Amino acid sequence: MKLSRYTFPVMASVGFGFLYFPILILVIYSFNESKLVTVWGGFSARWYLELFQDPQILDAATLSLQIAAVSATIALILGVAAAMTLVRFRWFRARTWLAGMAAAPLVMPEVITGLSLLLLFVALDHWLGWPSGRGVTTIILAHATFGMAFVTVIVQARLRDMDRTLEEAAMDLGARPMTVFLTVTLPTIAPALVAAWLLAFTLSLDDLVIASFVSGPGSSTLPMVVFSKVRLGISPDINALATLMILIVGLGGVVGFWQMRRSINRRPV
Amino acid sequence: MSSNPSMVKKWLDPEAKPFLEFRGVTKSFDGIPAVRDVNLAIYQNELFCLLGGSGSGKTTLLRILAGFESPTEGSVWIDGVDITNVPAYERPVNMMFQSYALFPHMSVFDNVAYGLKRDGLPKSEIAVRVSELLELVRLSAFANRKPDQLSGGQRQRVALARALAKRPKVLLLDEPLGALDKNLREDTQLELIKIQESLGMTFIVVTHDQEEAMTLATRIGVMDEGYLVQTDEPHTIYEYPNSAYVADFIGDINLFECVVTDNEAGELSLYASQLDTAIELDGPVTGAVNQTLWYAVRPEKMRLTRDPSDAVNALKGVVHEIAYLGDFSVYWVDLDCGPRVRVSRPNISRLDDFAEAWGEEVWITWDGSAGVVLSQ
Repeated sequence: MKLSRYTFPVMASVGFGFLYFPILILVIYSFNESKLVTVWGGFSARWYLELFQDPQILDAATLSLQIAAVSATIALILGVAAAMTLVRFRWFRARTWLAGMAAAPLVMPEVITGLSLLLLFVALDHWLGWPSGRGVTTIILAHATFGMAFVTVIVQARLRDMDRTLEEAAMDLGARPMTVFLTVTLPTIAPALVAAWLLAFTLSLDDLVIASFVSGPGSSTLPMVVFSKVRLGISPDINALATLMILIVGLGGVVGFWQMRRSINRRPV
Repeated sequence: MSSNPSMVKKWLDPEAKPFLEFRGVTKSFDGIPAVRDVNLAIYQNELFCLLGGSGSGKTTLLRILAGFESPTEGSVWIDGVDITNVPAYERPVNMMFQSYALFPHMSVFDNVAYGLKRDGLPKSEIAVRVSELLELVRLSAFANRKPDQLSGGQRQRVALARALAKRPKVLLLDEPLGALDKNLREDTQLELIKIQESLGMTFIVVTHDQEEAMTLATRIGVMDEGYLVQTDEPHTIYEYPNSAYVADFIGDINLFECVVTDNEAGELSLYASQLDTAIELDGPVTGAVNQTLWYAVRPEKMRLTRDPSDAVNALKGVVHEIAYLGDFSVYWVDLDCGPRVRVSRPNISRLDDFAEAWGEEVWITWDGSAGVVLSQ
């Protein structure tokens, strides 16, 4: 087959169209006046108003944002520690094992992660009495666990690129290892830290499967509420909610991407 | 320029105490030695150059001194104290890195102040000292810039100021002028010497550039494959290299294999098999009969002539190539007996006799004192 110079652009357009066209439709229909999801009844913002008067959705959204913020922060701290160990550890064989184990949650089916964490939490509750029952704590722990894997991968890549002589220079000027880490290493990889935190945040925000396994009564996250609502039939306020979530995740993505670019451009001079 | 006239040559005084010492230092990476059994004493106020090709171990030796690598064997001493196991952040040495390693997220001021802050000096004193240092390297106007807003030469001066800030006993400089262009480099070399003399510090400079080493150094240590092969003043290294490697590495040289044919009361007779001629020597040389030696003559110590009648050593050949370099010209001459030799000739006159001597038959002559005899 002869490849025209349009072949790949056309294929890419079809692919992206398939991906983004439904989202565009969803955004447009979130401003639909009609109560019927599939019939256009004129422009209106009424579903947004209704959304902000629905306590169930507002509670779930607040909870989700809290869980996302806390779990992303825990994931960042643990992930940076893991990445430092992986990049700076001298013992090669152990490093290979560790690297594999740190990256495994990236490819692990969420059902398995969720189920195994549920079993762990039940066992812990039984033997230690903590975390007692399932709820916000268990969701935070679960999200921190898989968020950490993503943080590790991102921070590790940045650390590996980092010029080691910067740290040597700091040490040479009298900085002890902890001071070197705080005054030179962390600021140098800061853009990657921002990007990693944002990624962990958005992953937590839209996780349904793992949260479903480890949540308990009274701790329904936003995706769980949306999912249960959709099962009763799609109502237009879900479209409005989805549009807002796209906005938040999209903003997070843009900021994260911009920070990543900055970290690439800000190579040592 | 090559040595400070006000400085006593302490290395010639057997009573003088070395300021810095490597004692039997060996460093292996995964069993492969990078530095082998180096013994070296450096004295206060010296500007010592470690010279060698890439992979010769000179940078590793410097990193051992800075504390970034610990020696596999041997010890390092500064001012009578064994610092082999002292961590880098407690050593009285500071380093100027080849890549400069300026902190990209800090201003020029904060870069220079970094070491002083670690010492817990009061802010007012830090400000005073940093501005003094920036004045010394002529960068006062750039205090608030970030490193990526500076030129290569300016970054290099920030790196120097930062390394000088803590007034270390020893300053280590790893290829300090490597990234600068030629003119800036020559200016900076003189500036470095001036700074070193005015601050009275001991400088250790790693370089692969022999001209730079000759310009800067009080003494040069030549390294090859991890060994420190010769340590001497620049003049001695050039005129009296102790091995064929050093002779060839520092400057250009013509090397001929010779055999000792006679040893009468310390007066050696040499026969160069390659040249099929006996070589006349001035001065004492040691060697046993039938020993193989190297005879080495620098190109500028050989002369071109058409009449060899009163020369001590003379060989006939044909000019193969002439390279005109402005201040002097290099002639490659194919000798009748085989080897090709290099002769350099200062262009004293604009109408040089040999300027267009391609293919011409010429004689090469040199004095008995022009060459050196090397045993390895």
